[in-house]
Amino acid sequence: MLLAEQALNGLQYGMMLFLMAAGLTLVFGVMGLINLAHGSLYMVGAFACAVVATATGSFWLGLAASLAAAAALGALVEIVVIRRLYARDHLDQVLATFALILVFSEGTRWLFGSFPLYLSLPPVLSGAVTLPGGFVYPAFRLAIIAIGAVVAFGLFWLVGRTRLGTRIRAGEADREMIAALGVDIARLYTAVFALGAALAGLAGALVGSVQAVQVGMGEPVLILAFVTVVIGGIGSIKGALIGALLVGMTDTLGRALLPAFFARFMEASAATSVGSALASMLIYVLMALVLVWRPTGLYGARP
Amino acid sequence: MSEPILSIRNLTKSFGALKATDDVSLDLRPGEIHALIGPNGAGKSTLIKQIAGEIRPDAGRITLEGQAIDMLGAAERARLGLARSFQVSSVIGDCTVLENVMLAVEGASGRVFRFFRPALSDRSLTDPALFHISHAGLSGREATRARALSHGERRRLEIAMALAMRPSAFLLDEPMAGMGADGARDLTAILAELKTEAPILLVEHDMDAVFALADRISVLVYGQIIATGTVDEVRANDEVRRSYLGEEA
Amino acid sequence: MRLVAALPNLVIFAALVATTVVAALTGNPYIVTLATKVAILGLAGAGLNLALGYGGMVSFGHAAFFGLGGYVTAILASHAANGTPVATFPFAMTGTTEMLAIWPFAIGAAGLAALVIGALSLRTTGVYFIMVTLAFAQMLYYFAVSWPAYGGEDGLSFYVRNSFPGLNTFAPLQFFGICAAALGAVLILETLLTQSRFGLALRAVRQNEGRVIATGIRPYGIRLTAFVLSGMVAGLAGSLFADLNRFVSPAMLSWHMSGEIMVFVILGGVGRLAGPIAGAAVFIALEYLLGPVSDHWQALLGLLLLAIVLFAPGGLMGLVLRRRHV
Repeated sequence: MLLAEQALNGLQYGMMLFLMAAGLTLVFGVMGLINLAHGSLYMVGAFACAVVATATGSFWLGLAASLAAAAALGALVEIVVIRRLYARDHLDQVLATFALILVFSEGTRWLFGSFPLYLSLPPVLSGAVTLPGGFVYPAFRLAIIAIGAVVAFGLFWLVGRTRLGTRIRAGEADREMIAALGVDIARLYTAVFALGAALAGLAGALVGSVQAVQVGMGEPVLILAFVTVVIGGIGSIKGALIGALLVGMTDTLGRALLPAFFARFMEASAATSVGSALASMLIYVLMALVLVWRPTGLYGARP
Repeated sequence: MSEPILSIRNLTKSFGALKATDDVSLDLRPGEIHALIGPNGAGKSTLIKQIAGEIRPDAGRITLEGQAIDMLGAAERARLGLARSFQVSSVIGDCTVLENVMLAVEGASGRVFRFFRPALSDRSLTDPALFHISHAGLSGREATRARALSHGERRRLEIAMALAMRPSAFLLDEPMAGMGADGARDLTAILAELKTEAPILLVEHDMDAVFALADRISVLVYGQIIATGTVDEVRANDEVRRSYLGEEA
Repeated sequence: MRLVAALPNLVIFAALVATTVVAALTGNPYIVTLATKVAILGLAGAGLNLALGYGGMVSFGHAAFFGLGGYVTAILASHAANGTPVATFPFAMTGTTEMLAIWPFAIGAAGLAALVIGALSLRTTGVYFIMVTLAFAQMLYYFAVSWPAYGGEDGLSFYVRNSFPGLNTFAPLQFFGICAAALGAVLILETLLTQSRFGLALRAVRQNEGRVIATGIRPYGIRLTAFVLSGMVAGLAGSLFADLNRFVSPAMLSWHMSGEIMVFVILGGVGRLAGPIAGAAVFIALEYLLGPVSDHWQALLGLLLLAIVLFAPGGLMGLVLRRRHV
């Protein structure tokens, strides 16, 4: 029963990571851009949700605000800064988006101060649900799993079945061809970037609803999203989903099981510290193993 | 007949359903220029890349001076004496002409992990490099950065680098590409001289150059060698005329 | 001609030393401390420059080596202070407070980590390499946070700066002297390195990998060697940084640190020998000058950085010297 709960936790964590990783991998796949500031969009989503939800009393309006704010900021940043970086090398991209993080983090601190904000969930999400098999699980976590699944289906549909998706895939394949076809490539890029930003903002709002909303909250999750994307293969939505679930499960189960495992042959406090220290490294070990096996990730393009 | 320097036996490579190289056997004998011709998409570049070690064949054997080199990486093959030029000229742009050729000398020497002595004061690098630079007609350009060279000069630099490796065989992938008539004529003369150093496997589209230079020609169509022989034999070959030369005429 | 090429580097290094000496003579110990910080961070940048500038390896994880050097230093020093052994198995080892004894361990540990991380990361290229080096550094960061023996999240203090034979390391100017000498020595070694056979191959690998392979040189070994050397220099810098603060914390291993080290290199000019010193000096000066003006000076730094990336890709030395280097 405990294991099943941890597996669900892992699934929930994975889905949240997928929301982050999907945007990163889309932006890289289509525009060839590495965006460190993706975590800032996550943070902005969380702050937008917290501010609007507090002001209006409606969590749902807050959620909508998080999507809108992150998408709008994403589009703005793309137009002002990011589009100047597409033709640059990765070093310039890393540096410029690192600079954006400094600007966004300090800007947010200036607006909201250093104290964390807290959100309260609407009643429908704050309770627990009894699942088949008779065990009780928080409704909110289930909602994240559901949202992640919906977004995953939506993205597969968008990329695989729609005209926008065709353009996205064409952009991945051949930037010049798509320009020759007369698709307004600048607008397409802005749209893709805003879409990725909105997903990051949504993830931020969801996580911010159960944890503190504060400056810097986007950074740990950004790194995990990178690990996810590297494992899944850059540019692949499917890879992002599989990678996110792998990372979510490995991390959650590692943290739950490793201390107990070490407790079998160590004294309790030592087992806890060794177990949790190793658990914190587990996903990186996973990443290393995947890279030894496949240097471009599970679903990445072979060079 | 003398032993071939480079010998390729039953080389096969597929990309999915496409047989890019289909049971190809080929010899490069001492002192010859062996031209590899064929229509676009016949698999010439794929073949060169397999010989150079950049692509792994599915089956077949490659030997260089009697030594099997199939299992070696591209760098090892180069050090054993397989000097390669690229379709698009390929030099170290921000390094000088001298440094480019020194790098080739260094690669052939195998002594790369020397950390303290300035390479420019190492005469075991600079002397051979300067010799090959003047040999390739680039004297006076030693201190010029490679990216500042003209197209023809860059081709000469590549030749100097290939020579500096003291190779046992050259793989030249379309050395005339992008050259004007004068440049091509110059290079034809250089290649004729080059073959006195080591035999050349030459991929080339410029038929005038091929017919002027080649001792033997192999014709590659759809991954298969349909004919090998002297210039006259190949010209007279009906199948070649039909499938390749015909479309040129 | 070579002297002319080296002149800007000499000027920058001399300016750092001169500023510090003047500050010490006029009774500004705080400036001396800032200059020491510049020397140490410049040293870390010089380390990264070897991988990034000369080798073209965009490592976003050099905080791992910097932090490791720092932690090794703090661990050895704190064990020496407590009189407890560092290890009893497989061999007995006690702590020490001698810099000359600590450095080999700090450099060695950083080099070993760079060997493992580099061996794995260099299987990848491009964006993968950036992300993977970042991720491995984060791994060490989270390990340091969750490993309670050496302070975990709170970091580890040691109260007495380690000693150096014949010098009083508590005197700010003398400690600066040690850091500046280390920096100078590394810059000289780097000059030799980049002009050697190895350096020629390294510069060539950065520009045209296929061509280098075709001359019979395998790029992987070249890159890995440069990466390890680069990590070792960062480890030495980390050791000195630990001594400067007499404190280490996971922040030294964080990706912000990696980003900052990268900023020193870029700000100064990629692949320029003394670029990282100029970059670190500007960074510290901004922190010192803007910090009191606004709590949000990092936002200004971000904007400045953005402007440099977008409009002055050659960095500060590139702006002044008007020529892209290497």
